[in-house]
Amino acid sequence: MTIPGSWYLVVAALLFGLGAFGVLTRRNVIVMFMSLELMLNAVNLTFVSYARMLNDVGGQVDVFFVLVVAAAEVVVGLGIIVAIFRQRATVTADDISSLKG
Amino acid sequence: MGAVGFVVLFPLLGFLVLLTFGRRLGDPVAGWLGTLAVFGSFVSAIVVWLARLGNEGHPYVLRLFDWFSAGGLHVNVSFRVDGLSVAMILFVTGVATLIHLYSIGYMKGDPLYHQFFVYLNLFVFSMVVLVTANTLPLAFLGWEGVGACSYWLISFWFERPTAASAGKKAFIVNRIGDTGFLLGTFLVFEHLGSVSFSRLTAGSLNLSPDTATAIVLLFFLAAAGKSAQLPLFTWLLDAMEGPTPVSALIHAATMVTAGVYLMARLSPILALAHTADLVIAIVGVATAFVAAMAATAQTDIKKIVAYSTVSQLGYMMLGIGTGAYTAAIFLMITHAFYKALIFLGSGSVIHSLNGEQNIRRMGALKKYMPITTVTMILAWLSIAGVPPFSGFFSKGAVLENAFGDSPLLWAAGVITALLTAYYMGRLVYVVFYGTPRFEEVTHGHDPHESPSVMTIPLIVLAAAAVIGGLLNLPVSGFGFLGSWLAPVFGTAQAAYPMSAGLKDGLMATDAVVALLGVFLSWRAWGGVSENPALERKIFFNGWYIDAFYDRAFARTGTAVAEVADTVVDRQIVDGAVTGVAGVARLVGGAGRKVQSGLVRSYLLIMVGGLIVMLGYVLTVAAR
Amino acid sequence: MMLAAISIPQLIVFVVAVAIVGVGGVGLLAAKHTVHSALFLVMTLFGVAVLFIEEGAEFLAAVQVIVYAGAIVVLFLFVIMLLGVDRVEVPAFVADRNRIVLAGVGVLAVLVELFYVASGAWSSGAVSQSGSLSAGQNVGVLARSVFTTYVYPFELTGALLVIAVVGAVVLSKRLIGRREVDR
Repeated sequence: MTIPGSWYLVVAALLFGLGAFGVLTRRNVIVMFMSLELMLNAVNLTFVSYARMLNDVGGQVDVFFVLVVAAAEVVVGLGIIVAIFRQRATVTADDISSLKG
Repeated sequence: MGAVGFVVLFPLLGFLVLLTFGRRLGDPVAGWLGTLAVFGSFVSAIVVWLARLGNEGHPYVLRLFDWFSAGGLHVNVSFRVDGLSVAMILFVTGVATLIHLYSIGYMKGDPLYHQFFVYLNLFVFSMVVLVTANTLPLAFLGWEGVGACSYWLISFWFERPTAASAGKKAFIVNRIGDTGFLLGTFLVFEHLGSVSFSRLTAGSLNLSPDTATAIVLLFFLAAAGKSAQLPLFTWLLDAMEGPTPVSALIHAATMVTAGVYLMARLSPILALAHTADLVIAIVGVATAFVAAMAATAQTDIKKIVAYSTVSQLGYMMLGIGTGAYTAAIFLMITHAFYKALIFLGSGSVIHSLNGEQNIRRMGALKKYMPITTVTMILAWLSIAGVPPFSGFFSKGAVLENAFGDSPLLWAAGVITALLTAYYMGRLVYVVFYGTPRFEEVTHGHDPHESPSVMTIPLIVLAAAAVIGGLLNLPVSGFGFLGSWLAPVFGTAQAAYPMSAGLKDGLMATDAVVALLGVFLSWRAWGGVSENPALERKIFFNGWYIDAFYDRAFARTGTAVAEVADTVVDRQIVDGAVTGVAGVARLVGGAGRKVQSGLVRSYLLIMVGGLIVMLGYVLTVAAR
Repeated sequence: MMLAAISIPQLIVFVVAVAIVGVGGVGLLAAKHTVHSALFLVMTLFGVAVLFIEEGAEFLAAVQVIVYAGAIVVLFLFVIMLLGVDRVEVPAFVADRNRIVLAGVGVLAVLVELFYVASGAWSSGAVSQSGSLSAGQNVGVLARSVFTTYVYPFELTGALLVIAVVGAVVLSKRLIGRREVDR
């Protein structure tokens, strides 16, 4: 007998919450970014769990695509961070608020 | 006879190619290409004509495709080959070829050189469609096409405010006439159940005289707009703002005669509407006289020629109104030759004097521009009706029929003929003879003869103007045009029985009047360049007709627009707009506080939204 | 109740993996140095990879280690070094204490709601379109699905990656004539 899927789901949910909390409270943009990766991983874990629970390969395919998109997102996101740093010499999210209405 | 398709196709191709590559081809390749396209059309027209020789009786229809149909209305794109359309395409494409050739030289160096030929080719295409169309809607397409090209070409030098407003004026005045065209088309469809010209044959129409009168008057409104008749002729004077080849091609030789063509095409209906015919004849002869009087006092060379054109168009309408369709078409063709020649000659003069158009600053150009001078004199004698030049025969034919209808019409026509010979004589004497007065415009340089690309069309047109009478000699067996057009007009053509002696007398009168006019102009203007007694202000200002329109219509319109601007637009419309904007500003002002620019605030709001959405799913949607 | 039915080795692996994930996640959040955060991220990713293996997703676990822990974290480290390794953010968290509480409450609320959503009967009952997971070896099954059913999305992800690379190059290019620092 293996570990029930719902356990994994609970772990994934907690990991997701951790990531979300990090994004909401950390000031450093890079750490916010890493927290985002945590959230993505939590979702991936959910997908894999459901794939096993429903015996459906679709869940794993989704994880595959999430990985690709996450890679692309990191590339562009870090590019933006570097570009901002060059302009402002800061990586603190609160200092970047020129879109203020 | 399917070659008629090529007549239409060549200018269209030329237009498309020039539109696409014209800028790259540039000066002068674009011009030569445009000329070639029109020349191809002319050659095709000759092929069509040769194919028709021998079987003139039956019209040939080249049917391409159905255009649209609605209920009982079926309109197809089809081209009609009969005596009238062949005569039209021959002279339209022929004159157009010469004027294209001339334009290569005239427009040289213009920054929009290629654009000019784009418009010219589109114009020729539209004109050919107009005269070969077998249905009224297709003809209307051509009608509007030539109108649009006319507008573009009048305001071709749009940096000049006068040119821009002249274009607009032409467009608006023509719009008045176009209403008549459309309403007339509707009436024709209602009463004949078809808008095809195949349906229109003399003697087979089942129309009441009242209906026929209504149709004819509506179409005459259109024709009066396009062919610059009273009271809609004022636009043609302003149209002289366009380049001179445009004036020659569009505002003398071809487009302005479209109205005459239209009336001739509708001759079976005209034959049923005698009241309308009388109206046309009177309007025509009145236009001829009024414009001729105005022409005697102009100082702008192109204005003289423009008034002359209006006057000659009046003659054509006189011919239409008296049922002398052949004579009208004959006059149209010969007029195309000599009036295009006069315009191109004027253009040649203007060109060599750096754009000067005032005849007061010309004079003695005979010495410097021999070819232009000789061809202009030939054109003058031709338009004056001096035998044996072409104008003598064509104008004589119109006047003869006018006499048959009513001697009063004839008398007015003859007086106008005298004026014609006189004002053209004035132009020739003041411009080419007398003392040189062009110092201030040429700055010491002598005027020069135009390049051969410009003089060759002059020579060809001069030859045509001189011998054009051969087309339709009033001698039995030599009335080529008459027998060529006879199957088209059939019984619609009026026949006025006259004794041979009377005919000879009328012709002799024409000749005497023409020579008298030439003599008078020599007496009055030989060596004189200014004579206030002969240049009355009222005529110089064109009988103040334009000023009257300005007072009566333009200013009223401006006043109405003023009210619309200050009250309707600024207060009601703008009020609504600023009101909406004010509301938006209030909402935005409140909303901009949310946009703190801090990412974590946005994320927190997002989380809040997520909570609400999930809550909704759990509490409401789950039930 | 169910604990008895679960095989002990698996339970041990699960508990250890969850512990790794938990420590990594909390460490990532709490670390003062960005570099430390990145290392904690690697830890978490490893833990998740272990969980993947436990769930029978061997291929994804391998990709997770190679691509995520290998490539992506290295990218993070590169950027961190580029911007200065010794940058210490003080304070690490946003200054507003209310905000932190609000964020915690918000996240908790989401999790609670998610729990209710997950425990409800939310399955649509639709038949799987992608095929069975237990039809063969994990890699083979996954590959068949990606390269047949999902071949167009797969190609599109290729395009996405190219676009991302081009975008990154454009972003990091120094524009000539533009001032480096606006204010």
